Amino acid sequence: MVTRVQEAAFDFSVEVNNFQAKVKSAGALVTFTGIVRDDSGGLDYMHIEHYPAMTEAALQKIETQAINKFGLEDALVIHRYGILTPGETIMMVATAARHRKDAFAGADYLMDYLKSRAPFWKKEVSKDHTEWVQAKSTDEAALAAWSRVPKA
Amino acid sequence: MKLNILYFAWVRERVGHSRETVETDAATVADLVVELLQRDEGCAAAFADMSAICVAVDQELGELTTHLKDSCEVAFFPPMTGG
Repeated sequence: MVTRVQEAAFDFSVEVNNFQAKVKSAGALVTFTGIVRDDSGGLDYMHIEHYPAMTEAALQKIETQAINKFGLEDALVIHRYGILTPGETIMMVATAARHRKDAFAGADYLMDYLKSRAPFWKKEVSKDHTEWVQAKSTDEAALAAWSRVPKA
Repeated sequence: MKLNILYFAWVRERVGHSRETVETDAATVADLVVELLQRDEGCAAAFADMSAICVAVDQELGELTTHLKDSCEVAFFPPMTGG
């Protein structure tokens, strides 16, 4: 299990290849990549702030939950902070399982929990406008839904 | 007792600084919020709607009823938006 919190960019393909090389017992590998989106066409950058003393432990806790719930062989989470421009990669998760269903579900679960239980905050900065990205009520509903999914 | 308080995102912007140490007898997070609310306009704006704010005590998510101990770290922030 690997969790990394970093400001620097990372190479997705290198990360996936390294992850795959470590999980010999897996028959399925699923990845998700989060990218800075520019809905208005005027976004200059996104500033991602986090709580350094808490972030790594929060990510590890979420990852351990996902591994246990879906019987994953392994999982990887990399999350960036700092200033990111549209099109840049914010974060990625990778899950490895014996079969695809658990790998997909594990990645989906990881993303739902990272969204509302990992201490990151995003601020969108444009020339004439600055706005904190708000959590949605559907984010919490997604977590509640997972509690009804039995352990794999 | 002394508490180390941290603020993040728009809570930090409204309070006006990112960390401070306060001397207090607050037994719970709710007691501490009541004290902060009365302190100045920035805090009043930050803590006006507690349903919009999350708290962590010693880096673990807590609630208004969470008890505070000497030298613990209390962090206030908006709902998280990771991913």
